Amino acid sequence: MFRKKECVAMLLAGGQGSRLYALTSKVAKPAVQFGGKYRIIDFPLSNCINSGIDTVGVLTQYQPLVLNEYIGNGLPWDLDRYFGGASILPPYQGKERSDWYKGTANAIYQNLEFIDKFDPDYVLILSGDHIYKMDYSKMLEYHKENNAACTIAVLDVPLEEASRFGIMSVNEDGSIYKFTEKPKEPDSTKASMGIYIFSKDKLFDYLRADNKNPDSCNDFGKNIIPEMLKNGERMMAYEFSGYWKDVGTISSLWEANMDLVGKNATFDLSDEGWRIYSRTESRPPQFLGAEAKVDNSILTEGCEVYGEVKNSVLGSGVKVAKGAVVVDSVIMSDVEIEEGAVVNYCIIDSYTKVGKNAKLGKVKDEAAGVTVIGEKCIVPEGTVIGDNEMITEI
Amino acid sequence: MTVVGLIFSNVYDRNISEMTRKRTMASVPFGCRYRLIDFALSNMVNSGIDKVGIVTHYNYQSLLDHIGNGKDWDLARRSGGIKILPPFITAYDSNVANKLYSTRLEAMIGINNFINRCTEDYVVLSDCDIICNINLSKVIKQHEESGADLTVVTKKMFLTDDDAGKHTIIESDDEGYASNVYVSTSNTIGINPISTNIYVIKRTTLQGLLLEALAHGYKSFTLDVLTVLAKKRLVKCYEFDGYYAYVHSLAGYFSTSMQLLDPNVRAGLFGIKHRPVMTKVRNSAPTKYTDGAVVNNSLIADGCVIEGEVIDSILFRGVKVGKGTVIKNCILLQDTYIGENCNLNCVITDKNVVIKDGRNLSGHESMPFFIEKGARV
Repeated sequence: MFRKKECVAMLLAGGQGSRLYALTSKVAKPAVQFGGKYRIIDFPLSNCINSGIDTVGVLTQYQPLVLNEYIGNGLPWDLDRYFGGASILPPYQGKERSDWYKGTANAIYQNLEFIDKFDPDYVLILSGDHIYKMDYSKMLEYHKENNAACTIAVLDVPLEEASRFGIMSVNEDGSIYKFTEKPKEPDSTKASMGIYIFSKDKLFDYLRADNKNPDSCNDFGKNIIPEMLKNGERMMAYEFSGYWKDVGTISSLWEANMDLVGKNATFDLSDEGWRIYSRTESRPPQFLGAEAKVDNSILTEGCEVYGEVKNSVLGSGVKVAKGAVVVDSVIMSDVEIEEGAVVNYCIIDSYTKVGKNAKLGKVKDEAAGVTVIGEKCIVPEGTVIGDNEMITEI
Repeated sequence: MTVVGLIFSNVYDRNISEMTRKRTMASVPFGCRYRLIDFALSNMVNSGIDKVGIVTHYNYQSLLDHIGNGKDWDLARRSGGIKILPPFITAYDSNVANKLYSTRLEAMIGINNFINRCTEDYVVLSDCDIICNINLSKVIKQHEESGADLTVVTKKMFLTDDDAGKHTIIESDDEGYASNVYVSTSNTIGINPISTNIYVIKRTTLQGLLLEALAHGYKSFTLDVLTVLAKKRLVKCYEFDGYYAYVHSLAGYFSTSMQLLDPNVRAGLFGIKHRPVMTKVRNSAPTKYTDGAVVNNSLIADGCVIEGEVIDSILFRGVKVGKGTVIKNCILLQDTYIGENCNLNCVITDKNVVIKDGRNLSGHESMPFFIEKGARV
């Protein structure tokens, strides 16, 4: 006999994140490391458990291995449960048809049975692309109060940026009357955050109908939401204010990392009441050598710094040798930077070795672009790599 | 071959009473993010032991909080895993001459039920205050092959005047059998093989010894068991050659902690492949170093915010160091808050201590200034 869950979360984690190039050549975007000790997916997962949602289906497709292992049984997020917890949902072979997930809506459609098992009243749809802290239980309250079929979280964005987002036009009572994907001339600044709560029956009806429509792209933004609006369903916009960052590009990923740096950082992870959980390996504390110089940076467990680090984010187990200099950079786990190497305005993916006296990137200024070094690269001694480069193999 | 581990969590509490007033020796914080028991526990888990009994006596709330269900050591199991063994006896029986060691034997008699229900072939006994990373499988293998009743892990240590009477010295013969056991001798300055209080014994042998101890009213493991067996040439020594330290006083806690600033010590404790030291995960954010922070030769946990100067020090999780403050040779435990323009030298702050702006506090290496849990200065 199964119990029931009021709300089940479905986390779309199958995206490639192609605009992160080298950083997502081996891992899906939600598995990209962030902020020293996290991966992007830690944010929606931690938000779920902190919001009291303990049943999360994680839909994987592109390069799922790292992600599968990382999520495991959901233990780090307290999502290891008898009933509920974290479940990884890859596309599967069916008796009659075997399909990859064709679109966001199709991914959910293929897992309706999974959702149904918990007999939820509501389904929360999340994506694994964003860095933010949000109490989904408040959004669910709002959804219930308004008796909505669908509630979409929206964020006020500057008018000049609005054309990059899906924009909601909203009545005074918060109900949505128009939705435009990336409008050239936006008439509202309320951007969809890609977070939806559906009443279960409505979701199931629309997904089933959508699946029968051969012309559909099976996408929430392109098909489901417009279709629901067209049919006059009660759609509500839930206004979120707070830090929210799409880390879909190299520059936005760099910026979001830097938002954690500084005493009064834009984004604060030290809130004990809203912890961000992550799967961590057992590593010793960080060590700063006698001649180390660390300014305006964040470091985590396993780091060893004997050189100079400024305005940077260092992942776990990063070694910066004597005489090496790291400035304005995001260094992911287990990177070794050898003596005399200089790293400026770079993102370096995990397990890469930067040889002695190598010079990577260019001093950050308005013209310079971020240089990206992929994972497990060996950068030979004395190598010089300019700005705005993307290196996956040397 | 199956093995069960037993860890004694309260031995030597009195040695470092400043820190064990409200916690067990096992839960004394050590090395930025660990508790002493993490070393004994990790040693067992890394050696394939997945059933560990933790013998407690009193004050063990902090220990229970730390261990939880054993998840962080992968010891949350249906079968085996962590077993907390609360007391059946009173600690520090007033009739016993050698109180510390009597506790161990009495404790084991008290948990007879647990031991009798075990089906494992061997039992590894370990104290909770041993700071080392040892492969116990090797000790067990040697024990199995030797046919000895008991194997004791020894370590050659340089003992000073301060160590007098605090160790059991075990000399061994050419074949590795314990030949002489010295308890509480004072004339021990120099290098001596001391007992690490890690023992391997066959479960059935241990059960027999415990029955005998109960029947004869034996109190001391060292005097009534180890010494007697050694005389019969039934005790083998296993000499451990890795890093080993113990905590026998507050000054010892201070100096042992400071040894962690030596990269060789860290390599011997934390740098051994496939043998990580595991501890309770706290999910602190990474540590922030602000503009103008100066941190040299220091070991820092996650969750700190450092705006001042930190030299030759050890900072636990969630420590805040304000602007203009200089911290030298200090050990600041979890969530210590140091205001602005303070000067601290040779200070140990227990958890949640608040040092207000402008304070000047200093101890000496031989007598560090200890500030108790939750104090405001």
